[in-house]
Amino acid sequence: MLFKPISQNFSDFVIDRENDRCINCEVCVRQCSYEAHYWDDARQCVSHDHTKCVGCHRCEAFCPTGCLTIKKNPADFRDNALWTPTYMKHVYKQGDTGGILLSGMGSPADKPIYWDNLQLDASQVTNPSIDPLREPMELTTYLGSKPDKVSFEETSDGPKLTTKIGPQLKLNYPLMFSAMSFGSINLNLHKAMAMAATELGIAYNTGEGGLHPDLYKYGNNTIVQVASGRFGVHKDYLNAGSAVEIKIGQGAKPGIGGHLPGEKIDEEVSKTRMCPVGSDAISPAPHHDIYSIEDLLQLIYAIKESTEYKVPVSVKIAAVHNAPAIASGIVRAGADIVVIDGFRGGTGAAPTMIRDNVGIPMELALAAVDNRLRDEGIRNHASLVVAGGIRCSADAIKAIALGADAIYIGTAALVSVGCTLCGRCYTGKCPWGIATNEARLKKRQNPEVAAKRLANLVRAWGHEIQEMLGGMGLNSIESLRGNRDKLRGLGLNETELDILGVKHAGR
Amino acid sequence: MKAPNDFWHFDKDISGCGVFGVIDKKRKLIPGTMPIDAMCTMHDRGNGLGGGFAAYGIYPEHADLYAFHLMCDDQAGLDRAEEIIKQYFDIKISEPIPTRKVLAITESPLMWRFFLSPKADRPKWQDVGEDDYVVNIVMHINNRVPGAFVFSSGKNMGAFKGVGFPEDIADFFRLDEYSGYMWTGHNRFPTNTPGWWGGAHPFTLLDWAIVHNGEISSYGINRRYLCQHDYECNMMTDTEVVAYLLDLLIRKHGLSHEMACKVFAPPFWDEIERMPKEEREAYEALRMVYGPAMLNGPFAILVTDSNGMMGLNDRVKLRPLVIGEKDDMVFMSSEESSIREVCRELDRVWAPKAGEPVIVKLED
Repeated sequence: MLFKPISQNFSDFVIDRENDRCINCEVCVRQCSYEAHYWDDARQCVSHDHTKCVGCHRCEAFCPTGCLTIKKNPADFRDNALWTPTYMKHVYKQGDTGGILLSGMGSPADKPIYWDNLQLDASQVTNPSIDPLREPMELTTYLGSKPDKVSFEETSDGPKLTTKIGPQLKLNYPLMFSAMSFGSINLNLHKAMAMAATELGIAYNTGEGGLHPDLYKYGNNTIVQVASGRFGVHKDYLNAGSAVEIKIGQGAKPGIGGHLPGEKIDEEVSKTRMCPVGSDAISPAPHHDIYSIEDLLQLIYAIKESTEYKVPVSVKIAAVHNAPAIASGIVRAGADIVVIDGFRGGTGAAPTMIRDNVGIPMELALAAVDNRLRDEGIRNHASLVVAGGIRCSADAIKAIALGADAIYIGTAALVSVGCTLCGRCYTGKCPWGIATNEARLKKRQNPEVAAKRLANLVRAWGHEIQEMLGGMGLNSIESLRGNRDKLRGLGLNETELDILGVKHAGR
Repeated sequence: MKAPNDFWHFDKDISGCGVFGVIDKKRKLIPGTMPIDAMCTMHDRGNGLGGGFAAYGIYPEHADLYAFHLMCDDQAGLDRAEEIIKQYFDIKISEPIPTRKVLAITESPLMWRFFLSPKADRPKWQDVGEDDYVVNIVMHINNRVPGAFVFSSGKNMGAFKGVGFPEDIADFFRLDEYSGYMWTGHNRFPTNTPGWWGGAHPFTLLDWAIVHNGEISSYGINRRYLCQHDYECNMMTDTEVVAYLLDLLIRKHGLSHEMACKVFAPPFWDEIERMPKEEREAYEALRMVYGPAMLNGPFAILVTDSNGMMGLNDRVKLRPLVIGEKDDMVFMSSEESSIREVCRELDRVWAPKAGEPVIVKLED
């Protein structure tokens, strides 16, 4: 037998240290929470162990002499189109442990990304493009159920509304920070999201871990989530936010629940989640009070009752095969917002097989759901929000053209504060101080600095969306919403074009 | 309604244009020569691929009958349409629309008109109002009957349009022989060669008529919104959506003309924020609910119905629109020159602000 497990013989990364430039300062040792770098007492110098490296690049970023480079391990297996190193390493690990393979972050699998096959339009001659630096360019978005029509009474002071409009969530940008629970990420980042959302006039989502008492004051820009584990859910919590979201499913792991390891549950998380310190917090796969659509209706109205119909209620599902029919049922059950989370959506922990093989691309689900709700004449009864792998403002604006009212960004938000997508969130040892509650690690995120970076990101995307919108001759986002005439497909087949409802480029 | 298969796979013409309208608030008759002369002045705003007029008060002797104007590819198309019309209406008069040979127009569809009253014993759609009944039949013919197209369906009004310069179209339809209390005219500059007479302006439905200069960049969503409300756009032009939206907003949803205009060209959010509470709530609701019906992109439109005329620009005024007043007459045009051509001395001339409708009601 080998002296160490076979899975450790073939590391994903190698640490390249230029010994000439290394000054043995041990910064890398202190920064690496996986102990890949260490002080070698025998040799009296800093050394490293490739097999422990997760490829987070923290050491590389902090090395004062720039002597470190993290590289993909160049050791090659014999070429095999079927048995790629990924699958072999999976098998080695399972041979070691007999366990389910775990992954963090969204699926890296090489599957179609439809954003890359969609091109936007621009005005030339027949209609003028509009310059957002000189003209108003409106991104304001209201999420919630809209009536089929409204009526007004003419008065001497102008029109007076005589139709009652249900509760709405107002957003200054059609963007929101996605559900990431307190526990999976730490309080510094929750606070940063809350501050950024407040400053921007958008909303962030608490995720399923409850809301820390310090963050109640950001309630106007908070969506509080209710998931199958009901962690941290109580009357004050429901009434703390400007919307309530029922999480049925998550794009990264459709059909299963969540698992926050006990290691991540410290005193604060425990209080907020209302579960014991150090015990695993497990959300069941289904809500045990929702075994069918009529049960969902009851939960929606239970929440509406407890919030006195003052905030919209959202229902989030993973993008699965029957998403259009399910979404239609959700709207008919009384939801004011439907969220579709695509299979590229991020996660703190998901079984690898499920993350990479269950669910469908959000682009297709979005187009199909928007079509179905329009065909049934109920599209205005709920807003449509999408999540799952939006990388840039162009992805976001394409989602809006396909029919989305707003977009949740999760991974992009984390990347903006330093995440390098190493995908080991479930270890609780995030060297960037994001997916960790360890005191020495989480202090690597300063809430004020992180909030500024998050706000910068949304502002930057907002500017870009305005430029693209103006280029199309539009000066308000609602004129792009569902306006698929502004999209053309590139290299898509007839079926894909038909589902997306866009013509091929050149037509 | 459910969107038809391949609903997304549509083509749309793009065009620039000139528009002109004149109304006499006291219903004094205006000879057809006036709008024709005005449109002649704006000859260069078109390229000979579309011209048309709408005239109100031209059929006073049949004022209580629906005047259907049809253009048909051939006699067979007309026969098929007549077959349908006979099922739903009592035909009072059936005659060709008078035309004359014009050098500039070499090929034209078969032009026919019917004066109709709905059958007392309806074969279908018994439970809907008479307006909807008529609209359903027009839609049915236009969408389902090959070779026939109803391009005018109001009472005591009519549309006349085709492929050609407006002055040639007027000559062709002998419009100099008609008089009406309200006229609109349109000169079209499409960027391709549609060659279909139905694609010219004005667009009409019941007694609504619309002439439009502009490109509606929000067409893609306007069209889907209308489909959700059972209107199928199939004329390959964005002006069609204006007609259907007006029908939906004013006739079906009961909005005032003013509020319908505010749907098309709503105040900006920062203006709304500065409004007093009740007005703010009204406009917030208007924009939330009717966002998909907003007309975004450059436009100047003239809308007429049996109550009067309405002119509207997009909310950043990307197309020209000038208003002139003289006694009981109001003129609306793309160019002041065309107004001055037919009425040299005006009491008042002004350019309405972006997004602010000019509404002229008939005094009855």
